[in-house]
This record gives sequence, C-alpha cells and structure tokens, in this order.
Amino acid sequence: MITVKGVTPIDGISAFRRLFSCKKNKKIICKALKRSLLVSLWFVFLTFPIMVIKVNPVERTVSWRWGNIFYVAIGSFVISLLAKAWLVRKERLAARQQAAACPARDSIIHDLLQRPGYRYPLIILFSGVALVFPHLFSTYQANIMTTALMYIVLGLGLNIVVGVAGLLDLGYVAFYAIGAYSYALLNLHFHLGFWAALPIGGLLAALFGVLLGFPVLRLRGDYLAIVTLGFGEIIRLILENWNAFSKGPSGISNIPRPGFFGVEMSLDQAMIYMYYLMIGLVILTIFVVNRLQHSRLGRAWLALREDEIACQAMGIDKTRIKLTAFALGAFWAGLIGVIFAAKTTFVNPASFTFMESAIILAIVVLGGMGSIVGVILGALILILLPEYLRALSEYRMLAFGAILVAMMIFKPEGLIAGVRRTYCFQGRKNAAALQDDE
Amino acid sequence: MMNKRMNKPILDVSGLTMDFGGIRALDHLDFDVQDKEIVALIGPNGAGKTTLFNCLTGIYRPSSGDIQLVCPETGEQTRLNDLKPNKITEKGMARTFQNIRLFSRMTVLENVMIGRHCRTRSLILGAILRDRRTREEEQETVNKSYEILEKIGLAGQVNEFAGNLSYGAQRRLEIGRALATEPFLLLLDEPAAGMNPQETAVLVALIRQIRDEGHAILLIEHDMKLVMTLSDRIVVMDYGEKIAQGTPAQIRTNREVIKAYLGEDVG
Ligand SMILES: Nc1ncnc2c1ncn2[C@@H]1O[C@H](COP(=O)(O)OP(=O)(O)OP(=O)(O)O)[C@@H](O)[C@H]1O
Ligand SMILES: [Mg+2]
Repeated sequence: MITVKGVTPIDGISAFRRLFSCKKNKKIICKALKRSLLVSLWFVFLTFPIMVIKVNPVERTVSWRWGNIFYVAIGSFVISLLAKAWLVRKERLAARQQAAACPARDSIIHDLLQRPGYRYPLIILFSGVALVFPHLFSTYQANIMTTALMYIVLGLGLNIVVGVAGLLDLGYVAFYAIGAYSYALLNLHFHLGFWAALPIGGLLAALFGVLLGFPVLRLRGDYLAIVTLGFGEIIRLILENWNAFSKGPSGISNIPRPGFFGVEMSLDQAMIYMYYLMIGLVILTIFVVNRLQHSRLGRAWLALREDEIACQAMGIDKTRIKLTAFALGAFWAGLIGVIFAAKTTFVNPASFTFMESAIILAIVVLGGMGSIVGVILGALILILLPEYLRALSEYRMLAFGAILVAMMIFKPEGLIAGVRRTYCFQGRKNAAALQDDE
Repeated sequence: MMNKRMNKPILDVSGLTMDFGGIRALDHLDFDVQDKEIVALIGPNGAGKTTLFNCLTGIYRPSSGDIQLVCPETGEQTRLNDLKPNKITEKGMARTFQNIRLFSRMTVLENVMIGRHCRTRSLILGAILRDRRTREEEQETVNKSYEILEKIGLAGQVNEFAGNLSYGAQRRLEIGRALATEPFLLLLDEPAAGMNPQETAVLVALIRQIRDEGHAILLIEHDMKLVMTLSDRIVVMDYGEKIAQGTPAQIRTNREVIKAYLGEDVG
C-alpha cells in the first residue's frame, strides 16, 4: 500500500509535465482534473459504508476509519487521471496514424506468423514443446496444461459466436454441460464408450445451439446476452432439480476415462494420454475454425457482426447464418464437455455455473475477438496464471473484472486483434494469388 | 425508343402505402422502372424516398399496395411485399444506403466479396474440406470482386479496411458491393451526397457505365444537376405522394414540383 502511494502520484506528475508542455492541452487537463475529482468523490461516497464504517457486533461498537477516505480518494483520483491520460494519448496516436494514412497494422505475433521464415520454425518449436511437455514436467503440470487446452477449444468455439459473428452469448456453459451430461448419461444407461459419446456430445450441443438460436434470432446486444444467460441457468437448474433424469446435485460418478484400444492405463498414463488427446483436439479445432473463418460462411459472420441490415440487404440469410454460428460454436463446447466428464470421471451441476461462461468470455475478449492466436493466448493467460500465482486465484473474480474493464478501455480489440486475409493481385485480373493466414 | 422501353417494366409499384403509427410516410404510390433505364426519385427532405427504398428492399413491410419485380431475362415475376431482404436481393434488386453502411472492419475486397454471397453456394463442409469446387468458387469470387473494384476505381486499395476509405470512395464501394450481387435493378440512395464536384463527375460516369452494361438504376438524389443530366425519367415525391413524373425537361417546368420545392405557389 505504502509503495503504491509513493509511486503513482510521481508518475502522474511526470506524465502531466509532459502534457502541460503544450498550451492547447491545458483545457483538456483542467477538464480531466475536474472529472477525476468528481470520480474520486463518487468513489468515496460509494465505498463509505465498507471502507469507513466498521461495526463490531460483539462489542457493539462502531469505529470510524476516516483515514481510509484519503486512500480511496487519492487512489481513484490517480487511476482516473491515468486512464484519461492514456485515452488521450491513444486518440492522438490514432489521429496521427490516420493522418499518415497507413494501413491497419498487424500485431507483432501475426507479423511473425505471416512470414514464412518465422512461421514454420515457430510452429515446429511450439509442437516440439507441446510434445515433450508432459515428460519434462510432472503429471500435475500436464494436467493443468490439459485444462488450459480445454479452455483454448472452448474459447475458440465461443469466439465463433461472440468474436466473429458478434452475438454476445453468456450461456455458453450450457452447451458444455450438455456435452458432459450426454456422455455421463449415455454411459450410465447405455454403457456407451468415450469415443462414441464424443461426436454425439458435440452434435447434441450443436442441436441445442440451434434450438437456442431460434427464439433469440431477433435479439441483439444486451437482450441477447440476457436471454442466453437465462438459457445457461435454465440448463443448470434442470440438471440440479430433475433428479430422475440427472441425479440432481449429487451428480454422476464413475464415468470411464477415454480408452485406447483396450489398453490398461495407470492414472498417470491416463493423464498424459488425455493431454495428447487435447493437443490433437486443439490442432483440429484451430484447423477447422481457421478454415471456417476464411470462408464464405466466415465472411458472412463478420458482415453480420458489422452491420445486420446491410448484411441482409447484400443477400445473406441472417437466420441461417446466425443458427450456423450458434451450432458451430456450441459443437466445440459439447466436445469439451464430453472430455471434461471423462477427465474428472464425475459431473455435477456445480461445474457449470455462470462463472464458467464468464471465464470463457473473458478469454475471448482478452485474447482478441475474432483472432485465433489471441484466443489461444487469452486461454493460456487466464487459466495458467491463477494456477501458478496461487495468491491471485482468490481474487480471480476481481482480477477478471479489472482485466475486462481495463481491456475495454485501453485495448477494446483485445491483446491480438483479428487480422483479415490479404490478397495480392499482380496487375492482371486473373492473377489473383491467395495468401494463407494464421 | 421510349415506347419500346415502356413495354418492359422490371419494377412495378402500385398503391404502395406505408404507415408508421399515425404518420403516413408513403401514400398510394404508383410508378414503374423499365429495363436499362435510369429513373431519378426526387423530393424535399422527409418526402418518404428512403422509406420507399426500405419498402422495396424488404426492410420495412408496406402497410398496403403491391410491389412486382420482373426479371428481364427470364420474365419471371415476383411479388416482393412479403419477401425478406436477402430474398429480394437474390431476385436481382440491390441497393446502397443513404447513411453509408459498409462493413467497416472488413477489407475493401471482402466487402465486395460479401455481395457475391448470394451467388455462391459453398457451406460448412466445403469451408472445412476446401474441396476443388469450393476453391474454384472462392477463386471466382475473388476474381469477380476484383473486376468490380477495378471498375469502381478501388483496385489499389483491396486490402484497406473499408472504414479507412475516403467518403467518396466509401460511396463507390457501396455501389460495388451492390453490383457484386448481380442485380438487374440497382437502387442508389443519394450516391453523390457529400461528394466534391470531381468525385461527382467520376460517379456520373460510373453510373452511366453501369447502365450501359445493362443494369437499370433507380436513384434518389438532391443534386439537381446530376439528376437532370443523368436520368431518363424523374419521379417527384412530396409528403409520401407522387406529385409528378416525366422527362427532365417536363419536370423542370412542372408547377407542382416548383411549388413543392419552393414551398409556395409561383405564378
Ligand atoms: N422507422 C420509422 N418510424 C417512424 N417514422 C419514420 C420511420 N422512417 C421514416 N419515418 C418518417 O417518414 C418520413 C419520410 O422519411 P424518409 O427518410 O423516407 O425521407 P426522405 O425522403 O428519404 O428524406 P431525405 O431526403 O432527408 O433523406 C419522415 O417524416 C420520417 O420521420
Ligand atoms: Mg432519405
């Protein structure tokens, strides 16, 4: 606390000195100062009951911690100013860029991936690391990595719906649950194996994606978000309360792990097998999702995200495009649901709360809407960081909120913005050369 | 010449009425568009021109009346009243918007490629497997879109984001995107709005070229010079009603029109 207090104001002052160098800035600064003052007053008011008043119910005393007001006021004032300064700087940069009329710049990572000289070595490096990972580190580490890989696939699936097609879906966890329960129930009643349940789980989730899609076809933005949120909760509540169907809150246990041609495996081996399975699935997902994004269908999704009316006026069947987006997004959640059930050998409704949807959405938003590399990065950061920074995991929810708000303000396009495929035409119109992407 | 055209209406609107609650934005409108002709739709602000476009293209559902579209090649006649916008575009009528509605975070080429959506077929499996048919279709989409960009003078900016184009270029790109849907009738909502004289001159040439290539054009425009030089026929609207129609020469001297524009009885 003390260090923070000592450091930030100085940073702020130096930032201001730079800003004050130009006379034109003075007006902006005065306005920013006024705003920040209001913000800090508002925060003092808001946090007054928790930060200042402390009731001790045992001794029946109320202590007033007036000092806290200053921390809150100064903290919110500085943060608000810094945020404003950042925004102003960003606007200027954007203005300068537009003046120079330079084309949309790619991120460094995309730049690297685009160049064949770097692209293949990078891919080889990554696959090498991925292959030896479980042997270099403990099974525990491999297990964590498997979870992260699962979230990569979930993120890529939700990315189709939210990032590419622009349909804010807050009930994505429902499809995950449908996948998990379809394996659990099919196994319980019909002794269906993992490999048979995998496609069924995916297809069932896709079917439910279409079923959810129908009633929300006309909804957009906030309304869509609320209805999908409700859908997610409905599925969870059904699983929780319909005992005869899903065994209620106690869940279903003893779900078999995935088999490998009937080979008996120890727990460690099963974990490692699971890891490789996920690596395979991630590669498959990246391949499929990448191809979908750069196809006639993918373009239509993007157009839908950009402008629904223009999209329809250009001859795109909105209904169909939306439903395919919901279905194809849900499909991956269904697959991962089956894998989740097999990995933990146990499912219960508590695993499918809104928190899961929020995490997956955070992955997509943090990583970069519509960007495959971004989503992968987002999943690795959001899943692995809390695991390795145990201290942080308690504040996970708080961290999510802070990260998302910060991203929305400073980098709304995400860590890595989605890039569009570029084409080069060598003068003659028939010499259109297609360049591959991602 | 005119008479020969008269025999072949490709768009026939009769008794078209559009009510918004108590406001009657279109009032029993009758007019038609012939094959390969340029018809201008003019009228004061709020006359209901854009509303008419929205009714024609299925964005609004008209309260009453009849809209018939006839394909000049096949002679196939369709009633547009209850069709969805995408179906209407598929039938061969495409539009641009008064307030530009490009897909601004997609590239210029992709914007035009979107227009080809309804003329191509590949779906999920094609996208994933990228079989020969899909690859050929995709290549054809790229080629045709590029040809259109050459025609509208944007071939140098294929990979630019549409949102970064200049205003005039954005308006031309909207036309290009509509052309990619292979329409026989093109609806342009104030294509010259906000353009400087040079840009307008380029636009006039472009519209002429599009017509010569065999498209009919119905355009809304406030720029009277453009309207008078370009159009074969003019339809004048005021308060949702058609108050006059005829050749530019006839409209120039029409009493009703002058009254509507100047807001008083002249002479
Ligand atoms: N969705 C709507 N709901 C209610 N009223 C509408 C709607 N759309 C248009 N109107 C009304 O219909 C009338 C005609 O509007 P419209 O936009 O068609 O005029 P316009 O001829 O295109 O004008 P301009 O030349 O300014 O573009 C206006 O009075 C407008 O307020
Ligand atoms: Mg208008």
